[in-house]
Order: sequence, then structure tokens, then C-alpha cells
Amino acid sequence: MKTPSRQLSPLLRILEILLPFLATLAALLIGAIMLVFLGANPLQAYRSLIEGAVGSPNAVADTIVKATPLLLVALGICIAFRGGMINIGGEGQLVVGAVTSTLIGLSFPDAPGWLIIPAAALVGFAGGAFWGSIAGILKARFNVNEILSTIMLNQIAVQGMNFLLRGPMIDPVQLKAASRIPQTARLAQVFDLPRLVPTRLHLGALIAVAVAFLVYIFLWRTVVGYRIRATGLNPDASRYAGIPVKRFLVLSMLLSGGLIGLAGAIQVYGVHHRMFTDGSATGFTGSAGFNGIVVALFGQLHPLGAIPASFLFGALLVGANKLQRAMQVPAAFLTGLNGLVVVFVVGSEYWRRRWSRLRRTEAMDSASQNLDTEIEAKASL
Amino acid sequence: MISELLTATVIIGVLSSGIRLATPYLYAALGETFGQRSGVLNLGVDGQMLLGAFAAFYLVFQTNNLWLGVLAAVIVGALLGLAMAFVSVNLGADQGISGIGFYLFGLGMSDLLFQKLLGSVETVSGFRPIQIPFLSDIPVLGEIFFKQNIMVYIAYLLVPISIIIINKTTLGLKIRAAGENPQAADSLGVSIARVRYFTVILGGIFSGVAGASLSIALLNVFQQNLTNGLGFIAVALVYFGGWRPAGVLVGSLIFSMVNALQLWVQIKNIPIPSDIAIMMPYVLTILALVIAVQRVRQPSALTKRFERGE
Repeated sequence: MKTPSRQLSPLLRILEILLPFLATLAALLIGAIMLVFLGANPLQAYRSLIEGAVGSPNAVADTIVKATPLLLVALGICIAFRGGMINIGGEGQLVVGAVTSTLIGLSFPDAPGWLIIPAAALVGFAGGAFWGSIAGILKARFNVNEILSTIMLNQIAVQGMNFLLRGPMIDPVQLKAASRIPQTARLAQVFDLPRLVPTRLHLGALIAVAVAFLVYIFLWRTVVGYRIRATGLNPDASRYAGIPVKRFLVLSMLLSGGLIGLAGAIQVYGVHHRMFTDGSATGFTGSAGFNGIVVALFGQLHPLGAIPASFLFGALLVGANKLQRAMQVPAAFLTGLNGLVVVFVVGSEYWRRRWSRLRRTEAMDSASQNLDTEIEAKASL
Repeated sequence: MISELLTATVIIGVLSSGIRLATPYLYAALGETFGQRSGVLNLGVDGQMLLGAFAAFYLVFQTNNLWLGVLAAVIVGALLGLAMAFVSVNLGADQGISGIGFYLFGLGMSDLLFQKLLGSVETVSGFRPIQIPFLSDIPVLGEIFFKQNIMVYIAYLLVPISIIIINKTTLGLKIRAAGENPQAADSLGVSIARVRYFTVILGGIFSGVAGASLSIALLNVFQQNLTNGLGFIAVALVYFGGWRPAGVLVGSLIFSMVNALQLWVQIKNIPIPSDIAIMMPYVLTILALVIAVQRVRQPSALTKRFERGE
């Protein structure tokens, strides 16, 4: 006996994989309507966006450079979300990681690069991990909602950064000048992350991809990773299974913040070679702390899915600059579009839930059928 | 140094501007209270505020009609609330994340519209302080309470109104039921979807007006990211206030008094770095959350999607 739903199953599976793309397409369509209202031809606008992102080797390199922090942030977000913590604190963790790693480079200007670069990465990781674990501890110990605490910690980190860059860490040259631009001195050139090809592409991109594989192995092939995921899926069941749930909440926030802090360090040593502020978080981060959430969701909270997703959103960011130059559409358009993508992607989960329910009933149907045939076979013996 | 802050001018100034600065927090947090009591966490408040602030500012800039500006903020807020309600009620999307999506949307769109329609930072003459006859003549108290603009008075008036709606009306009962035990409420014939649509749209309207209270009453300007995360603080104040309008009022007042004090510290040139002073209200909010969360339990169904027969 064949049920019609059995043939539906592979189709549903494909649709499920395509779902975020379909959702993004829908968001881009709304974006196109907005472009029309802005007086820009949407086809032309999206074309210049794509050209700006991947139209030349330099553009591709820029896209990868933009994608690098997004990937690391998204990996951090993956760990947190998988562990049941909604980490909105990427902006703050980026800033703390960047500031702490900058301090290392500024403190030892005469040290060799092979020593300082790994040390800075480690310290950046530690800084972000510290900042992230505060929210983890507040949740585990005091049951403070992590969404709220991470948002507050973002603001605190930004003000701390402003204070340090306007005072103790300011470039001595700026201190003497009347302008007093809030930035540190340029780090010694030997600390620059090596360039990969004669473009702006630096070693950070490779590090980020390697970390993506490590996070995958960690979450799916180690006991600790398994426990983090178990805690996120069902904290009550995990507690009964003997997992110290609270400690794992802190651990997932610590690792999450650490990877995001590492992203901050890589931005400093690979791109800016100094720390600076415009008073807000975005000046330094370019909203990577938020955009990384979009990337992680788009990659379906899978570390390897985050790799292509980060490339896609890096491309959008680079393309947006071209869009601004060529068609006078402000880059803010892309922030808004990213927001729409988030809403559409999480909204589209509705269909995934429905389809997976369909497939489950179907699997149960076929299982009971198998059982029937088995019983019949036994009966005929 | 501390004595410089203990003069009458400063104390009256702090109280008076604290009461005024609490306005946007009050609107936004009261609106959010309705949503959360019915089980919906709207994290997009800041985005709704930004778009509301822009809509109000732009209309006032063009027409000089302040109430038209408020109306624009109401409409924009309602539309955004409608979208949020659809995504969280019909599609059952994760509220924490979809809220961030709406925030980014509002942040980007308000900036985009600002650059396209205004191009530079402009000012308008917003709502002026209204001196309430007789009351404003009372020494000290008059200065603090009765020389504020209309948006401030309305915000404070909304506190008792919200208390009555939530605690004393059938509608309030339905809202609380939807947030505490939607299955039971549903079995008694309450439409959970309709209740949540109502509260989330109402929350959107309040957020829009909160934005307007910034752009056409408190600051009278619009610029990129005008709110600077104010909407997120408002969400935190709802937790702090224990999901009760009176608690929200207390939280908003404490937060803005600290903020006002921080401004006076800067005005008086007291040697505390301004960055550190700005940090204080946020540190305080975290501490307040630690204390508040121990005291009250959040609505049981908060952030949980409701599906019949689950």
C-alpha cells in the first residue's frame, strides 16, 4: 500500500533546506518595493550591489574581509543559541575583545609578531569570554534574562571603550593635537596579520573558517558539546540526566563571547591596526554583533552553514557601499533589509515546523505499515 | 564635589528633568507591559520608537502641526505592531529574534528616510511646557511637577489608566489569562490571537508615541539612531517593574533621575569622566534586574507560542 504523503517526503526535505533562501527572496522583494519608493530601479540597484560585492578580485577580497568577523560572531551565536542562551551582546563582546587585544599590542611594541599576534588573539578571546560569561552568570545565579543583561552590557562596554580611548589609551599624537580624535596609536607593523594575496585579504579569514570546523567538531563530536546542546534542547531533561545545567549555561556564554572577542581582535590586527571609536558601538563593529545573529540564523545555527551565510552577508555589506556610490541609496537601506531578512527567516520557521510534523506522521505511518507486514509475515509462517 | 550637587537648583533641576526624561521610557515600557502580560515579548520597541520619532518629526517639520506628528507616530507604531503581532501570533516566530529583526528594520529605515527626506539634522519647535494654573505657582513642587509639556502629563496619566485596564476590566482579565494560562483561557472562549493582536498593536502605538515624545517634545531634533537603545531599556524596565504599571513608573523614574543626575555632574564639571557617568544607569539597571527578578515571577506564557490542542 502506498500513501501519497510518502512521495511528498523528499520534496519537503528540499523545501526545508531552501526555506531560508525563499524567505530571503521574499525580504529582497519587499526591499525592491522600497527601492522603487526611493526612486531607484530595483533591478539596477541589486545588480550594482552584486557587482560591488563580487564583480572583481578586489571586491571578492573585500567581501571575505567583511565576512570574517561575521563568521566568528555567528559561530559564537551558534554556541550560545544551541546552549539555550540568546546572546544579543555581540556588540559589547566585540568591543571588549578588541580593546583588550589592542592593549597587548600597545604594551609590547618591540616584541616579535609571532608572539604578539597569538597572544592578542588569546587575550581578545579571554576578554570577550569574560564579558559574555557575566551574562551567563547573571542568568545561572540570579535568573536575569540574558537578552536584557547582554543589551545593558553592550552599553557598558561602549562607554568603557569611549573612556579608555579618550583618556588612558589615546594616541599620544592625538593628545597633543587639538583635535583629540579618540583612537589609539597605530600598532607596530610587525603585528599586522599577514596578507594572503595582494589584496586586503588577511589571515583572519582562514582562522575563521578553521574555527568553524572546530566548533562543528566541538558541538557534535565531544561530550561537552553534546551537553551544551542537550542543555539548550531541554534543560529539565538534562538536569535529570545529571548535567549541571547552570554551569553549562555559563560555559556556552563564555565560549560564545570568546569567539566574538576573537573576532574583535582579528578586526584590530587584520583590518584597522588600531582601536578607534565614534562614540557608539557601530563605529568600530559595523553592527557585526547584530548582523552575526542574522548570519547564524541564516546558516540554520550550524557552524558549517555559517560559512556560506557569512560570505553572503559580507557580500551584501560590501555591495551596499557600491549601491550608495552608484545609486545614492544610503547604506542604511541594508541595515533595514537585514532586519527584514531576520523577520522573514524566523517567520518561515512556521512552515518548517508544519512540514517536520507532516514528515513525522508519515514516518510513523510507514513504521506501522512495516510492523503490519512483519506481523502478516509471521502469521503466515 | 558632592556638596556642589546638593544645592537647591541642582536638586530641583534633577527632579524636574528626571520627571521629564522618564516620559519616553514610560510610554514604551507601559506599552510593552501590555504585550508581555499577554505573553508576547516585543524586543523591537527601539525600532518602533525610531520610526515613530521620525514620522512625528517629519510631519511637524513639514506642517508645523504637532498633533499631526503624534498621529503619524501612532499610525506608524500601529502598523509595526500589526506586523510584529502577525509574526509572533500567526507564524509563532521566536519572539526574541524576530524582535531584533524589527529593531534592525526600524534602525535602518529611520536612518534611510532621514537621509533621503531631511538630509541634515534639523530642529522643530516642539510641545512647550504648560504651566498649570495655581499648581505651577507652588514653590519647588510647581517647578518640578507642573511646568512640563503635554506629552509628559499624558505619559503619567497613562499609568493609572493602565493599572485600571489591566486589573479592573474584563479586557485586562483576558490579557492576564492569555499570558498566564492561554490553554485555559482558550477553552473558556477567549481568543488568544485577538487579545495578543490588541496588546502588541497597542504596544506599537505606545512605542511610536514614545519616539514622538523624544523628537517633538524632549529633544526636538531627529538624527540617526536618536533613541540610542532607549527602547531596550524600556523592555528591561518592564522586568524591573514586575510587569505592573506602578512598578514600571518607579523604574522609569529611578532610571531617569540617575540619568538627570549624570547630566548635572557633567554640567557642574565634576571630575567624573562623562563616559563613566553615562555607564551608571546601565550598571544600575543590571543590579535592579538582579533584585527585581528574585521578587516576582514573569507571566508563565511569556515568549511561548500558543497553538490550539498542544
